[in-house]
Amino acid sequence: MQIEISLLKDEGDTYSAQDLGYLLHKHPANVHERETGAGKAVIFYNEVSDDRTTAVLYLDIDPIALVRGKNRFSDGPLAQYVNDRPYVANSFLSVAMSKSFGQSMSGKSKSRQELADRSLPFEARVTPVGASGGIEVIKSLFEPLGYTIEAVSLSGDEARGIFDLKLKGNVRLCDLLNHLYVLVPVLDNAKHYWIDKDEIDKLLAKGEGWLADHPAKELIARRALKHRRALANDALGRLADDSETADDASETVERERKLQPEEALEKPIRLHDLRLDTVAALLKQRGVSSVLDLGCGEGRLLQRLIKERGLDKLVGVDPSVVSLERAAKKLHLEEAGDAMRERVKLQMGSLTYADRRWHNFDAATLVEVIEHIDPTRLASLALSLFGDAAPGIVVITTPNQEYNKLFEGMEPGSMRHSDHRFEWSREEFQSWCKPVAETHGYSVEFSPLGPLDAEFGAPSQMAVFERQDRIGASS
Amino acid sequence: MKLSLPDFALVVLIGPTGSGKSSFARKHFLDTEVISSDHCRALVSDDETDQTCTGDAFELLSQMAGIRLRRRKLTVIDATSVNREDRAKLVKLARQYHALPVALVLNIEPEVCHERNKGRDNRDFGIHVPRNHSRALRRGLRGLQKEGFRQTQIMRTPEDVDALEIVRTPLWTDQRSLKGPFDIIGDLHGCFDELGELLQNLGYELDTMPTEPEALFSARHPEGRTAFFVGDITDRGPRNLDCLRLVMGMCAEGTAQCVMGNHDFKLSKWLKGRDVKLTHGLDLTVAELENTSEEFRKQATEFVFNLRSHAWLAKGKLVIAHAGLKQEMHGRGSGAVRTFAMFGETTGEIDEFGLPVRLEWAREYRGDAEVVYGHTPMVEAEWLNNTLCIDTGCVFGGKMTALRWPERETVSVQAKRQYSEPAKPLDSGDGRSAQQDNDRLLYFDDFAVKRRIETRFKSTVLIPEQNSLAALEVVSRFAVDPRWLVYVPPTMAASPTAADEGFLERPEMALNFYASRGVTDLIVEEKHMGSRAIIVLAKSKGAARSHFGVEDDKAGVIYTRTGRPFFKDEAQEAEVIQRITKAMETSGLWDELSSDWMVLDAELMPWSAKAQELLNRQYHPTHAAALESANALLEAISSAGNSPELEALKVTATIRKDNAIRMAQTIDGYCWSAETIDDFRIAPFHILAAEGRVFSNKTHVWHMETLTKLAAADPIIQTTGWKQIDPTDGKQCQQVIKWWLEHTEAGGEGMVVKPNAFLVSGEKGLIQPAMKVRGRNYLRIIYGPDYDMPGNIERLRERGLARKFSLAEREFKLGLEGLHRFVEKQPLSKVHECALGVLALESEPVDPRL
Repeated sequence: MQIEISLLKDEGDTYSAQDLGYLLHKHPANVHERETGAGKAVIFYNEVSDDRTTAVLYLDIDPIALVRGKNRFSDGPLAQYVNDRPYVANSFLSVAMSKSFGQSMSGKSKSRQELADRSLPFEARVTPVGASGGIEVIKSLFEPLGYTIEAVSLSGDEARGIFDLKLKGNVRLCDLLNHLYVLVPVLDNAKHYWIDKDEIDKLLAKGEGWLADHPAKELIARRALKHRRALANDALGRLADDSETADDASETVERERKLQPEEALEKPIRLHDLRLDTVAALLKQRGVSSVLDLGCGEGRLLQRLIKERGLDKLVGVDPSVVSLERAAKKLHLEEAGDAMRERVKLQMGSLTYADRRWHNFDAATLVEVIEHIDPTRLASLALSLFGDAAPGIVVITTPNQEYNKLFEGMEPGSMRHSDHRFEWSREEFQSWCKPVAETHGYSVEFSPLGPLDAEFGAPSQMAVFERQDRIGASS
Repeated sequence: MKLSLPDFALVVLIGPTGSGKSSFARKHFLDTEVISSDHCRALVSDDETDQTCTGDAFELLSQMAGIRLRRRKLTVIDATSVNREDRAKLVKLARQYHALPVALVLNIEPEVCHERNKGRDNRDFGIHVPRNHSRALRRGLRGLQKEGFRQTQIMRTPEDVDALEIVRTPLWTDQRSLKGPFDIIGDLHGCFDELGELLQNLGYELDTMPTEPEALFSARHPEGRTAFFVGDITDRGPRNLDCLRLVMGMCAEGTAQCVMGNHDFKLSKWLKGRDVKLTHGLDLTVAELENTSEEFRKQATEFVFNLRSHAWLAKGKLVIAHAGLKQEMHGRGSGAVRTFAMFGETTGEIDEFGLPVRLEWAREYRGDAEVVYGHTPMVEAEWLNNTLCIDTGCVFGGKMTALRWPERETVSVQAKRQYSEPAKPLDSGDGRSAQQDNDRLLYFDDFAVKRRIETRFKSTVLIPEQNSLAALEVVSRFAVDPRWLVYVPPTMAASPTAADEGFLERPEMALNFYASRGVTDLIVEEKHMGSRAIIVLAKSKGAARSHFGVEDDKAGVIYTRTGRPFFKDEAQEAEVIQRITKAMETSGLWDELSSDWMVLDAELMPWSAKAQELLNRQYHPTHAAALESANALLEAISSAGNSPELEALKVTATIRKDNAIRMAQTIDGYCWSAETIDDFRIAPFHILAAEGRVFSNKTHVWHMETLTKLAAADPIIQTTGWKQIDPTDGKQCQQVIKWWLEHTEAGGEGMVVKPNAFLVSGEKGLIQPAMKVRGRNYLRIIYGPDYDMPGNIERLRERGLARKFSLAEREFKLGLEGLHRFVEKQPLSKVHECALGVLALESEPVDPRL
């Protein structure tokens, strides 16, 4: 990977393009080598004249050290071994820039300070660049800063494009370098070897004077501090002067987290909260004392149920260990006393298996869960849930596929979440539920969830099953 | 004095302090068998005389004793136990684990005890202590039997104590030394005609029926097999007396055994003159027996009364009990065991037919011992979780069934007529087997634990709990129905690392690996580069349903190495399955394998069919970036001035450019557009299993030749290049190496070397079943485009092969074990644990590039 910086001379101006050597503090006649920690940076000039001078910074990354060395990545099988990290411009290049051009980036020049302070016609070439999001993202990052862009695609039209990127602009050298320093890794949007609190300071320092007003600052902060939302929000908060308090920042985290595709679609009506509130109210009204929340995820239903008196046993079940860990945190189970831990439990489990620990519950809930199960496995779900666990009440909610037509920006035929294995129309939902209820001795009632549309119904739908012997016993 | 003691019992020593219990225990029992209350007191308080901690000490004592008893270990309690309430707790403990409570009483004079205590540390208490103990003891002495002790022995003097000898004897039900073979015969209920016919069909020679109406007679098998009756000899049927005469005769001769059924138990009560209701067919038996002589009835009483509750046979591999038996009761003795064995487990409720409501213990059964029983009439005798009910309701007009064991074959004869009306219709399934019906449910909690999987390859594979959970998550979210998931393929070892310049792997390394282990019959097979596909298919949807118990109306599935459906589109999957099924038909392979289902291990190409996302996200950007990086540098250098540094950079960049191009070309060779099924290439390389067989006993040459026939039947099925070679023959090796070099230079992935015999064992157990040798250019996809540059390859040569070898071996064993279990029609949970096991092992952190 390399960066080429060219200084051009405007006709009539007095400086020489060769002054680039002074501005970069690198003599054009020499080849400069420097270890940067991530690899060897080589700086040389391949064009030297009064009209145009070009410095090349080539960074030679050791691919084996990336895997085995102290800076190694860890991100799943094989992705860590065969990837474009050693070849594509990324945060390593930013590191190499700051090591090689540190003084220039801070806007200083020993012998040409007046040139360093001026906007000059520069051209920069970064190649190859990995651009996640393609040419659109490149434009959104560099155009607001006044550059003219020329980007040649070097791979197919894949989501992750490889480009030869050229920028042209009248800027101060330090601005050019700082823009590249921050934005090259943002474009790359892949793994960085550095992420800690210091990064915010670095980002802010290099972004001084331009980042706060950049229209894509959210994207920049998020990508630059990849996978660290808290950090990203911290940075955003600091960019917004001091108007936002710490509480607002954590609110932002919540908002950020909620922007999962499904919830983003459904967001305007806060559908999920409605679903959870409805189910919680229903359980309370039916007077159950033990609840099995199947597919509890991060525990948002349990969070509501915990506060209810009369619920003596609450068990959340999920196949994902990560979700369960988050739920435990959210419900503060770790710090909780014995009484609460006895009352509220989380278990790893799966709806495609039966489970003896599910016996003897008053109620079981599957809130937006059934659509994550492969259609071929629904028969065994029915058998294990209604036949084996046989709780007194079963509540199932699932999206109403008909309503999708009313969601803006949703492709026809697509689903609300990439892991949905199906989405049922009202009729499909009922025609699955009714025979299941019949076979296992349950009654079933259906109701819409969310604002009702005359033609398409509500965005979500709910079925409440009640075991017939329970109906007899309670009446 | 000799005392015969059951080898599984809770032995309670009873005696005052100083009576010599501990010395007695030391003399007759292992240190580890004895749990002393003094020791427990010391363990919880550091002071064995501290009486304030007695409660905690007893809790510890009963914990330890309980664990030992659960593990069926004889346990001795060394405490004074002179009070009835203390003993009651111990008797309760023994009953909980179905161990016989035995009381050994050291009723020694308090004066003697006091003398002994004087000489010992910490026992310096007055004579009143042993005296009180002794008084308490003597009060309870006569009631020991009533307290529940099944055996008591009282010693009154130190001489008595010294003179006692203990001989351990197996429990009455413990017949593990009998190996069989057995012919286990279901409920008779007086159906003598059918019994005679059944014995004849089983190959027994029957005595001619004696003319004296009460004389016993017998039958015997010429090969010395033992007949085993599951009880209920009489009642309801027409010839109850004759059944008794034959069974008693055979048992007396030693050609048969019998366990006690509930009807036999009731008969024994009548025989002993107790008041029993003459219902459920006992009236018919009584009518026949009333006319017999006193002497015959005495003989019959003795016989029936002494029948065992159950028999624990063949090293514990077989249990026979009239109504079945839970695992925790096998080979044990208690009232509960007898009741269970005769009546099964009931809830106490009565159903609408007036019969007790039964708990389905067999559904919950997870033991390895096979349990054969009767009692509940069924339409068919069907295995369920290693249990088999062979009462097929002969007396109700069904049939009489016998099980040949260990052959596991059933033999039946039809009832001549219906002799009695059943209270409710016999249980029958819905066309699928009882096991398949049961296997519609797998229990998560059966698998979410640390597991030890016993394989038939002389090794047990351990699966840590964390790995099990990881596998469960993957399976429950993404995998095909567990009923289809009969096999998960193992990972394969990479050849030992080569030292040749520019190579990480070379054929010589794999060939030498096997040669040095004495394996000289090898096969080398071309390794296709696509995606691993396990193809499970049946001749028809009906065959799929009956063999796999599935309900999804499919005739087969294709899944990946992690058990996910290979095709997103079910219609496409069905079409591919249909093509292969048709090819099986055309090639005559269904007949050749005499099966209507099979499992194939295959590679499905093109790679791009499954890996397009991966290619776009990872591989294409990598080589495009590598190429551009080199090109841009070369271009920049070309217009820069000369310098040695740049010259060196230029040399490297030129090589890198070349590497990037080769990587791109190699990938290109594995990709083509697969719009329709005809664009696919399926290269099967193992016929894993079919009805009744796992083909790991066939050579790889057989697999290759048989699969060639399949490939001839449809162009989407591709053959695999192969050659059988002897690694000690230099010329053959040279040919293989030459082929490998050409093949891999042209973009081929490489080859696999395997012992032709499939399974070969060496001194240290199984020899690595397969080893891959991958080509230089292929490895760019694995290690990155520039892996073989000087400075890189040296470092890559250090790779942790040992873990990979061990993993490959364990997964291979688990994979085959699962297939064997499936073929043997074992419960799905037993097959599933192997599939989960392989996935669990795959979650181990091992360098995925190997």
